[in-house]
Amino acid sequence: MRGYYDDRIVALSSRLVVPFIQLFALYVVFHGHYSPGGGFQGGAMLAASFLLIRLSVGTDGAQLQFRKGWGTPGSSIGTLVYLMTGIFALILGGYFLDYSLLPLGMGEAETRGMGILIVEIGVAIAVACTLTAIYDDLVGEEGRSGSPHDA
Amino acid sequence: MKRLVLLVLTSFAALMLYGVSTLPDRADPHAPANLEVSPAGSPVAQDYYIRHAYEDAHTPNMVTVILADYRGYDTLGETTVIFAAGLACFPILRGRRREDLEGSGEEDTGS
Repeated sequence: MRGYYDDRIVALSSRLVVPFIQLFALYVVFHGHYSPGGGFQGGAMLAASFLLIRLSVGTDGAQLQFRKGWGTPGSSIGTLVYLMTGIFALILGGYFLDYSLLPLGMGEAETRGMGILIVEIGVAIAVACTLTAIYDDLVGEEGRSGSPHDA
Repeated sequence: MKRLVLLVLTSFAALMLYGVSTLPDRADPHAPANLEVSPAGSPVAQDYYIRHAYEDAHTPNMVTVILADYRGYDTLGETTVIFAAGLACFPILRGRRREDLEGSGEEDTGS
């Protein structure tokens, strides 16, 4: 693996910072109902935390956190979460993306709020995985031989 | 040529500034965008959103309600665009890299 510094200070400090970035990313996603934020912003921060580890300890070491092959499937899963929420409402007899019909056992308005949360989580997964996948595509296929847990 | 470009850009800037100068003030309550009913007689969507956003979704952040609920179809499109961009990067970047590896021999591929 080339292209990263084998430096303990950089590796340790980024490892120290990354959990806080991820925690704040989750806060941005889940607090989007009450403050500025939401799926796109939180997903971008989540991707930033993945990329920080990739830059500091190298792609091989970062496989323990977020594997190389997860990017593209993850982004399709995130998009499908959104799409399926809409199609589920369609199957239950409403309009496309009519969250009030989701069977969550709450009032209509609360169900819509939860539907927004589900959709935002889907967006966050899609954005985080897509940005990480683009980075992995840019870096290329070094380290593809052998299992990711070798590092 | 450079002078022509400068002239065109300056005239466009002047045109834009002239257009902006006649727009109503952002906080003007009598501006067409802030009325309950537009001058054409149709109801303004913004008025409905401000009045009903909390009742409809029990979410204090009006922007989130508009983006994910009222305009959910648009946000689905945005997510699909990001997904498509990620998919498009895959063949372009990976395909080029594979050609490089084939050209440079085997010892570079192992790490």
